[in-house]
Amino acid sequence: MMDFGFKISPSSTINLDKVDLEKFTRLHEIEPDVYKCMACGSCSSTCPAGRFSGMSLRKVILDLQRGKEKEAVAMMKNCMLCGKCTMVCPRGINTRHLILSIYRIYAEDEK
Amino acid sequence: MIYQGKQKIWADYQKEIPDNRWFYVRSCIRQNFFPGAERMFLEICRNVLGKDFFETEYHTTCGGIAYHCDTIPQETVMTIIARQFALMTEAGYENYVASCITSFGNYAETLETWREFPEVETRIRELLWKACRREFKTPKYLAHASDLIYKYRNEIAARAKFRLINRFTGEPLRVVEHIGCHYSKMFPSKGVGGAEYPYVLCGMIEAWGGNVIDYPERRHCCGYGFRQYHVKANRGYSVSNTYKKFESMEPYHPDFIITNCPGCPYFMDRWQYVIAETEGKTYGENGYGIPVLTYEEVASLVLGYNPWDIGLQLHQVAVEPLLDKLGIEYDPDAKYKGLNKKDLLRPELPGILKCC
Repeated sequence: MMDFGFKISPSSTINLDKVDLEKFTRLHEIEPDVYKCMACGSCSSTCPAGRFSGMSLRKVILDLQRGKEKEAVAMMKNCMLCGKCTMVCPRGINTRHLILSIYRIYAEDEK
Repeated sequence: MIYQGKQKIWADYQKEIPDNRWFYVRSCIRQNFFPGAERMFLEICRNVLGKDFFETEYHTTCGGIAYHCDTIPQETVMTIIARQFALMTEAGYENYVASCITSFGNYAETLETWREFPEVETRIRELLWKACRREFKTPKYLAHASDLIYKYRNEIAARAKFRLINRFTGEPLRVVEHIGCHYSKMFPSKGVGGAEYPYVLCGMIEAWGGNVIDYPERRHCCGYGFRQYHVKANRGYSVSNTYKKFESMEPYHPDFIITNCPGCPYFMDRWQYVIAETEGKTYGENGYGIPVLTYEEVASLVLGYNPWDIGLQLHQVAVEPLLDKLGIEYDPDAKYKGLNKKDLLRPELPGILKCC
């Protein structure tokens, strides 16, 4: 292949028709609150790990709905379970419990 | 007649285009990319249709490239444009037609600015007088050259020697139309059909027998965009846009692409080579690319001109498969012979993209 000094950037397009949401459906069964999230970002802005590690629960939920599971699980590994996000969530979601459930379902292959 | 609903909205996007007496200005870059296109426009309008088209060797760039690259301010562009209008006024014409989409967008932007802020026009008149002692009248009608071919499409169809029909299958050719961004995305009312449903190229394809195909990224930019390409570090962004467009149109198997902008045919043509060399992917049949033609070149083919006389040998993507489908005869040995039989030399063949 020829090197022109520039190349095609990988596409960021997500084809939602091809995303397998089986795990997300399982998550919704045990954590119905996941649909309550309105992506306000309060959890991300209060997260003490977010500034240093890129952890953002808002992004995790969005990534899981878009089939970007690897990115979401990698982000989750930075969570310290401090619970600040639970305190600020305007929808009253038990985010700590949600994070544990997500980890249980999505990271089960890594066990 | 009372227009109602969508009919009324559609009526807003119908453009009045005078039939005759136009002052023609060329594009800076088209003459290097596809030199046959502008020549054929004048040939068709003057000699085939018998219209009055005037052009002068004294006109300059409209300043569009520098303006959109942020290297000159709008006042400079407006003064350059004022000088072009002065040339038109001196030649005794009132209708102004630009070959370039960027120029067309610039002229539309300038006229709109002067309409909104008459004091700016007064200032530009002063600047022009100080700079070169010229005065001007604003054009009565502003058009892009594709508007005129659109207007004359039925006259061209009546004189057509070939139609956009696949002679092997008898089916209409599947054509992708690509409109330059500055044609109507900035001022929808200035283009035929507005910004969302520009009809200027569709009208030509339908009149000449082809089928327009729709695809998801139809209104996406070709990828040129001045700052995307002119800065080398951004060229990956440019080719990524083109790649996205080709990936989107690929499932619809287009026979060729028709464009009305100087940059679009060039980049959609040349980037197919770069995509082939970097990704190993080609979009046409049997390892060929999808030919990208300007509307003047398509009109010339329909009218029966020799493909090599209208400059089709300067395309990166081989046009021979398309000529075969249209049933146009050509001499492969004459491909790289100039008008005066001068040898143009054979280019090196690419590694992956198949060329004849």
